[in-house]
Amino acid sequence: MMLSSDAPLLEVTTLSKQFAVRRRFLEAARRRSSAVLRALESVSFAVRRGETLGVVGESGCGKSTLARCLVRLHEPDGGGIRFDGQDVLTLQGSGLRRYHRRVQMAFQDPYSSLNPRMTVGHALAEAIRFHDLRPPAQTLARVAELLELVGLPTTAAERYPREFSGGQRQRIGIARALAVEPDLLIADEIVSALDVSVQAQIINLLLDLQERLHLTILFIAHDLRVVRHLSHRVAVMYLGSIVEIGETEQLFARPRHPYTAALLAAAPEMDPGRRGTRDAISGELPSPFDIPTGCAFRTRCSRASDRCAAVRPTLAGAGGRMAACHHPLS
Amino acid sequence: MAAAAPLLSVSDLRVSIDAGGGSWMLVDGVSLQVGAGEVLGLVGESGSGKSLTLRSIVRLVRAPLRVAGEVRWRGANLLELPERQLNAIRGREIAVIFQEPMTALNPVLTVGEQIRESLRAHSGLDRPGCRKRAIELLDHVGIPAARARVDDYPHQFSGGMRQRAMIAIALAAEPKLLLADEPTTALDVTIQDQILKLILRLKAELGMSVVLVTHDLGVIAQSCDRVAVMYAGRVVEQAPVATLLREPRHAYTRGLLDSVPLAGHARRPLRPIGGAPPAPGERPAGCSFAPRCGYATEICQRTPPPLIAVAQEHLSACLHHARLAAEEVRS
Amino acid sequence: MSVLAEKPAWRPRLRFRGSLVVATLLLGLFLLAAAAPGWLAPYDPLAFDMTAILKPPSGLHPFGTDNFGRDILSRLIWAAHIDLAIALCTTVFPVIFGTVVGALVGYYAGWLDALFGRIVDLVVTFPFLVIVITIVSVLGPGLFNMFIAVSAVGWVFYARLMRAEVMTQKQADYASAGRVLGYGELRIIFRHLLPNAIGSIIVYWMTDMALGILLGSSLGYLGLGAQAPTAEWGVLVADGKNFLNTGWWISFFPGIAIVLTGLGFSLLGDSIADRLRRGR
Repeated sequence: MMLSSDAPLLEVTTLSKQFAVRRRFLEAARRRSSAVLRALESVSFAVRRGETLGVVGESGCGKSTLARCLVRLHEPDGGGIRFDGQDVLTLQGSGLRRYHRRVQMAFQDPYSSLNPRMTVGHALAEAIRFHDLRPPAQTLARVAELLELVGLPTTAAERYPREFSGGQRQRIGIARALAVEPDLLIADEIVSALDVSVQAQIINLLLDLQERLHLTILFIAHDLRVVRHLSHRVAVMYLGSIVEIGETEQLFARPRHPYTAALLAAAPEMDPGRRGTRDAISGELPSPFDIPTGCAFRTRCSRASDRCAAVRPTLAGAGGRMAACHHPLS
Repeated sequence: MAAAAPLLSVSDLRVSIDAGGGSWMLVDGVSLQVGAGEVLGLVGESGSGKSLTLRSIVRLVRAPLRVAGEVRWRGANLLELPERQLNAIRGREIAVIFQEPMTALNPVLTVGEQIRESLRAHSGLDRPGCRKRAIELLDHVGIPAARARVDDYPHQFSGGMRQRAMIAIALAAEPKLLLADEPTTALDVTIQDQILKLILRLKAELGMSVVLVTHDLGVIAQSCDRVAVMYAGRVVEQAPVATLLREPRHAYTRGLLDSVPLAGHARRPLRPIGGAPPAPGERPAGCSFAPRCGYATEICQRTPPPLIAVAQEHLSACLHHARLAAEEVRS
Repeated sequence: MSVLAEKPAWRPRLRFRGSLVVATLLLGLFLLAAAAPGWLAPYDPLAFDMTAILKPPSGLHPFGTDNFGRDILSRLIWAAHIDLAIALCTTVFPVIFGTVVGALVGYYAGWLDALFGRIVDLVVTFPFLVIVITIVSVLGPGLFNMFIAVSAVGWVFYARLMRAEVMTQKQADYASAGRVLGYGELRIIFRHLLPNAIGSIIVYWMTDMALGILLGSSLGYLGLGAQAPTAEWGVLVADGKNFLNTGWWISFFPGIAIVLTGLGFSLLGDSIADRLRRGR
């Protein structure tokens, strides 16, 4: 489908978020050097209408925090979010409610993301009624429509979440998010907890929905294969920052940031003929309480220099391909 | 398999539980062999019975689950050994590592103490000898500053380090067989890579065999020599890894491979397997996969297809394996 | 795009069925006695019969008579509705007020939680019976004052329970999903979280009703509860305290009634707890 070349739908500028954690006295005295968890560190990117932006990274990279900031579940400490030209962070009351109609989220855990005491139909109807999306007489019909949209039988409306499998629950979660007819869907690791064959069903569902509803999708995941399959562009995150962003195929074929390269090398390939013996990357992930100065990745990077410890690299590059590295792979 | 006798030979393993007025077969007649120095992968989705199979090998399975069948290890049937003899084998000759090191490790003992437990039971080392060996082991598995870390508790290690610690404990007595139950599933991708390569390195050094249970076909491709695919409690296909990935001969394996997004086909619909695996109490009469299978015909629903050799070293329990072979040739 | 047959619902077997039957039986009798004492009781509970003083249990008087010749069984049946009132009135306010406060404290935490914590500390320091007796002594004896005393302090336990449950539930993704859908916090607390947290409140309530009756009976025994001529089981037990050797049945049967009704509530609570647990 044609991607719009207009102004981006979502624009995030130098978004930062930290969490102050209360530690017990002994812990404070012993190991951790600070009580502040820097979850997001000056993150900037844009999402174009109709595209799927994949966000990948490992534990502590901040992708979930980013998602939650975008839907105002967390309040960022710095930076800005603009949606369709409008400042999101200053929204209140009915303005905020309208925003929630346009940006929705589907969650990772199929078991806790649905209210166990509400039937599926009730959960969907509530969203429709709350936002006054249909006249009361048509609510049930709309619920049936939504269920059909995600590939579930209409009889599902009377059942409780516990009667469904993991994959089906994810479909229900997607239906709930789509009930308010959003422009942007944030999919926060929605396939991570699913078996491979069920994952594939959900992937197909997303592709279909994007086509049918002209959805813009922010797809957060840690599985590179899945992200590659679904996304037009990919952003790679490490310890709270975006280290590289660009068109999917280019990024995967010729990564510019050493972490991206390491991530690609580490992901197990399906070809048994190509087996490496050397570790794709050495060392452990630093604690997010204790992010290295300068470039956060330098402690595990074979190309690190003195400059990397002193100066924090920012995203730089051309043609939509940017990497935050002082010594990018060419 | 090669001429040498297999190290471990599982025959007709059955694990059942009494439920719903009858008895449910969670593992339904699984047979496997593991040769010396080879890595056998056991792949399947949730509910396939792969973890149960692994745990049953060393009788880590308790009532109300019941285990039947034969597990031959160096001539003895592990399922019938008296507890004392089994304990001598568990830990010393056969070691197990699990998915969640935080629950598998004892939180109130230091890592060094847990290694020492194993060494005390299975080697003749004295206390200082055990400590020295523990430090060596931690170092060997890639834990930096081993001398200091040997006195740390499991919660003081990060996820990847804990997994390494668990490997160190498991390998303290230099076992001949390592059973690994999804050891990297809970880890980040870069750490997963490190741990897998570590396991392979140690396998080569110690001349161990490994049975690796996982749901990730990529992990299988990168670390296993042979692989058995499990579905609804049975082995449905077994072959050397390259063969299985290139020329699957069971509809389920084919479906699994088609479910994995491949580079070069970005944003095109995948061909997933519809539906979901049957619950243990509701397995169909014939082939368990038939209800979801695009190749199924009437005979598939009559009796469960037997696992037979369809090519050299290639077993499949699919009545339509020839059709699958033909389709590959064409594509 | 289609999805084949869904995973069928598990059909758990009904364990503990026996206890539910017993509970229904006991509570059924209790409610019957409370609702239709005139129909059930063989004699007028107030009628003196000087010809039948201190008669042991017999065909004529199944539970015997007291020192005024009053039929114990009839007195027991006529007292039942008072005990029912006690069970309900000592718990209704604590349940409602405690649930609301607990839910708010659990959700908003912060200084509210700190304040609540101090209140809990205060209440828990004193033995519950002592507090109740103190308040009743100040206000004056009588059932109504007992209800006030129990309600003033009893809500804290429900609030504590609700707070813990809500704190757990609010971590679940469905609570976040509600917020992302734009739902207001009060809606999320009371329409989404509360139904999931209310299970343990209900179970606690059942046991508390049994305890309420016991409390009423204890106070009645001490003369601080129901005042003459109102008779409830505790008062009936007290009436027999001077006759334990000569007329053991005067205290015994009301005592048994207290125990069995309490047991009925407990078993009902167990069954509810079981059902809720399986429903998850």
